[in-house]
Parts: sequence; C-alpha cells; structure tokens
Amino acid sequence: MTAFAGADHWPVSAIPAAYLRPGTGSFTEFLATAEPHLLPGSRQGSDAAPLVVPHATTIVALTCADGVVMAGDRRATMGNIIAQRDIEKVFIADSHSAIGIAGTAGVAVEMVRLFRLELEHYEKIEGVRLSLDGKANRLATMIRGNLGAAMQGLAVIPLFAGLEEGTASEPAGPGRIFSYDIAGGLYEEHDYFSVGSGSLFARSALKKRYEIGADLATAVRLSIEALYDAADDDSATGGPDVTRRIFPVVITVTAGGAVRVPAEDVASVSEAVLAGRLLHPGG
Amino acid sequence: MPTIYASPEQFMRDRSEYARKGISRGRSVVVTTFSGGVLFVAENHSPTLHKVSEIYDRIGFAAVGRYNEFENLRTAGIRLADVRGFSYDRRDVTGRWLANAYAQTVGSIFSEHQKPFEVELCVAEVSAAGAPGWAGTASAGVTTGADQLYRISYDGSIVDERRFVVMGGATEPVIAALTESFTPGWDAATALGAAVSALGTAGEGAPRILQPTQLEVAVLDRTLQGRTFRRIQGAALAALLSPEPSASAATDAATADGADAATDTHEDPADGVGPDGALGS
Repeated sequence: MTAFAGADHWPVSAIPAAYLRPGTGSFTEFLATAEPHLLPGSRQGSDAAPLVVPHATTIVALTCADGVVMAGDRRATMGNIIAQRDIEKVFIADSHSAIGIAGTAGVAVEMVRLFRLELEHYEKIEGVRLSLDGKANRLATMIRGNLGAAMQGLAVIPLFAGLEEGTASEPAGPGRIFSYDIAGGLYEEHDYFSVGSGSLFARSALKKRYEIGADLATAVRLSIEALYDAADDDSATGGPDVTRRIFPVVITVTAGGAVRVPAEDVASVSEAVLAGRLLHPGG
Repeated sequence: MPTIYASPEQFMRDRSEYARKGISRGRSVVVTTFSGGVLFVAENHSPTLHKVSEIYDRIGFAAVGRYNEFENLRTAGIRLADVRGFSYDRRDVTGRWLANAYAQTVGSIFSEHQKPFEVELCVAEVSAAGAPGWAGTASAGVTTGADQLYRISYDGSIVDERRFVVMGGATEPVIAALTESFTPGWDAATALGAAVSALGTAGEGAPRILQPTQLEVAVLDRTLQGRTFRRIQGAALAALLSPEPSASAATDAATADGADAATDTHEDPADGVGPDGALGS
C-alpha cells in the first residue's frame, strides 16, 4: 500500500500527486512547484550582445466617467525593421480589467497569457475574483520575476487598468490605471498614462487634451488622437494604416465589463482623427 | 498477533460498501442536457460550499460525497486543465481526457489506499451550437446529443451517460422520476422544473418542494464563446423556477439572458471576446 503524497507507483495517466496537494489559488505558484519547465522565467539568457527581437511599442490608458479606456498601436519593430504591422498588445485581462504591454514582444505575449490564466485560475479555484489591487500586485510579482531577463535586454513594461466590479450592495468603483517599472515597482497613475517608446508624445498629447469626467466616446477618441501623436514623432509606433485597414486595438472597461471596441468603430474614429489632421496636422 | 484472512473479494466488497454508504448519506445532484447546453442541479443548502463548479471553457464538474475529497479532485482537475491549455491550446482540453484522468486516480485510490474516496463525480462537456448530433438540430428526438456526461464512481469505473446523471443520496426515486420526464432537447425551464421535482422525490417527507435557497444551479451555456459556465442564482433562479406561464413559456435564449443580467455574480461579458482568439496560439 503506497503512501498518498509520495506515491512512487503512481499510474502515469492518472493525476500526478502534486496536483492533488492543497495549495494556493495561484497558477504561477502551482507551476513553479509542479511544472517549473513551463514557467516563462526559466529561460537562460546569455551575456552576449543584446538580442535583436521584436519590440512592441506604445500603449495609452485614460480614465473617463464610465470607467477606463486602453489603446495600443499595432506595430512591432526589430531594430529599424517593422517586424509586424498588426500585432496586438492590448488585451482583456478578465471581466473588469485590461492589460497592455510594451517591450520584448515574445516575453510580453507569454506574460499576458500567463497573467490572464492566473486570474481565471484563481477565480475557478476560489469561486471569487481577485480585487483590482490584488490583480495589480499579482502582475507586479510577475514583472519582478522577469528582472533577470530584463537586464539582458528582454524587458517588458505593462500597463494595467480596470475597475472594482460592483456587488449587490456596492456600485462599481472608478476606473484606475497602474504602471510598472522593470524591477516590478507598482505605481497608481491618475487620469491618464502611457508606456512604450512613443509614450512621451502620447502623454504630452493627453496632458493637453484630457478632460476629467469625459464620456466613453470622447475617451476613445482621445486615446486614438494620442496614439496618432506618438506615431507622428516616434518611428517605432505605427499610425493608422488606411491602405491595409489596420487600426489600433481599443478596450473599454466599464461597470458592465471589459469590452474590445469593434474594429469598424475604431476604424471610423481613426478616419475622423485623420480627417482632422488633414486640416490641422498638430491636432 | 494472529492474522485474520480476508479474501480479495471480501476485501473489495467491504471497501465498496464503505464508499457507497458515505455517498448515499448526502443529498443528490442531477446533471442533464437541455437544448441550451448542460444543466447542473444540486440540492445544496450551503450557498458557499459548492458541489458544482467550472473546470474549463466547455467543461463543468459536479460531485457528491465527502466534501474535502471531491474538493481536492476539483482543484486537481482545474490545475490539470489549465496546465494543459497553457502548454498546448485551449481547444486541447477535453472532457473525455479529464474524465479518464479522474477515473484512473479515483480507481488507484480505491485499490491502493487504506480508505477509498467516498465520492462520485460527473464531468460534463457541452458541445458548440450547431455541432453534428447536437440535440437541438433537425435530428431532435434522438437521445444522442453531442454533449458528453461522464459519471465516475468511487472505484474508478466510468460511465458515458446520454441523457442525465443522478448521483448521491437516494438515487432510485430521482432516477425513476427523471426517466419518466426526460425529453431530448427540452428547454431550460422545463429541465430545471423536472430536475427539481425529481430531487424532491427523495429524502425525508417526500415528495418535497425545494426552494431556490436549497438549490445550487448552473449551466454550461452552448451559445457562449470562451468560458460557458454560469451560475443561476437569486432572482434569476426564482424566475426560472416559477410555474407562471411567462416564465415557463420563455425560450432558452430569454432564460439565459435573464440569468446573465439579473443576479448571476459570475456573469462575465468579457469572456471569450477578442483576445481569446489573438492569444489562442
């Protein structure tokens, strides 16, 4: 008769013992004990010349009366080459939050996948969702785990936004934005923020245009204006591509949940922005 | 110390007896297919200690017996599914695979451990709308839906059910009632009503009329993309249960909407939108 936990003769096709051990609701912590080879942080870099890998660029987020809006351009660059024209760097993280990522595209996409699964896994195991601050802290831990890779040039800088969902007794909270540094530092931003190579220009644009308590449509328009300004002055940020019909990814998070704005709506707003810039290039 | 001989048959019989006794002490759970997906109905007086749970996009889990044992298996199932979906793809997580893993595990615990698990599980996988063999298509009237219901017993035996699964407590009257009322492709309100009245045929003072607070109800909603598991509770459950003509005449789409909009705390408009596809690789 074998002991339960350390069963040597455990049938291969059955559930491995580690899966049956009590633990936390964290998927990454579980992976670290049961399947460490699947964790993104386990890759070994070299001290050789910096790697030439695709980089994703500008993400903006701004709050509005209904919640928060996040948008990202579609360009990935590799040195002076455009690696991809239609990459997506802004994602719905869970029902009431969104995540956008600037930096090394490969690491970023993997991190977003893991982060989304982390939130879903917690919800399924525990039966409730994490608080907004809990989600933001969880992401900080994941960035901290990437510090070694970041020092070798594989840095990832996310932007996280969302709101505390409402319950039967409490209404949903206001839209909130969290930024990070490569060491995993977590900072709550107010009103608007931007990350990535074109972030300086996007942030300057938002500084001039941002309106407190604007409605959702205005906030979506402002996010696309800001991305246009970033693309205008930063070669690594892609502007609206009218010939190929490639426009930014925009996600809105309101009390009703996180929703990706339909491509045709983003296209029509982008075209309106372009039409405005034909008259006034500076916006 | 004298050794008392017990034949292997006797040994296994004793264990089965032990496990069966434990399982039959609890209250019953019904899992059945309906036109809109898979319906879970459990008689459960606790609003927080669930017998029914989400495992993955299209996979749900129901269990009866000893709570700590099936909770352990539920957690393991979520971990297995999430690890598999993470290392391969979300589409590669299937109900049949998970049911097999459970059967192997429960079976080896039954034969190798001092004490068998006093649990019975159901793994259900809902098929997408319009899938071949789906009960709501033109072939309605045939009991072979594409939805899959697997019942896994305390000894690791696994059964693929076509219509419904009844587990835990006194199952005979519940099975008899459901055999009588089951119609392939019935709608949510009818299926729920039948399941609740079937559950009421067992227990002390039967037939009983179960109240919404005594029930744990969830569905795997065929019409949804991404995560399909939704709990139906509070006002939405009361509306679906009420015998008023307005509620019973409601179509599946309407009842599903009601469940989503009203009080369902797991209502999740964002699931499966946009990035699922983008991140799918």
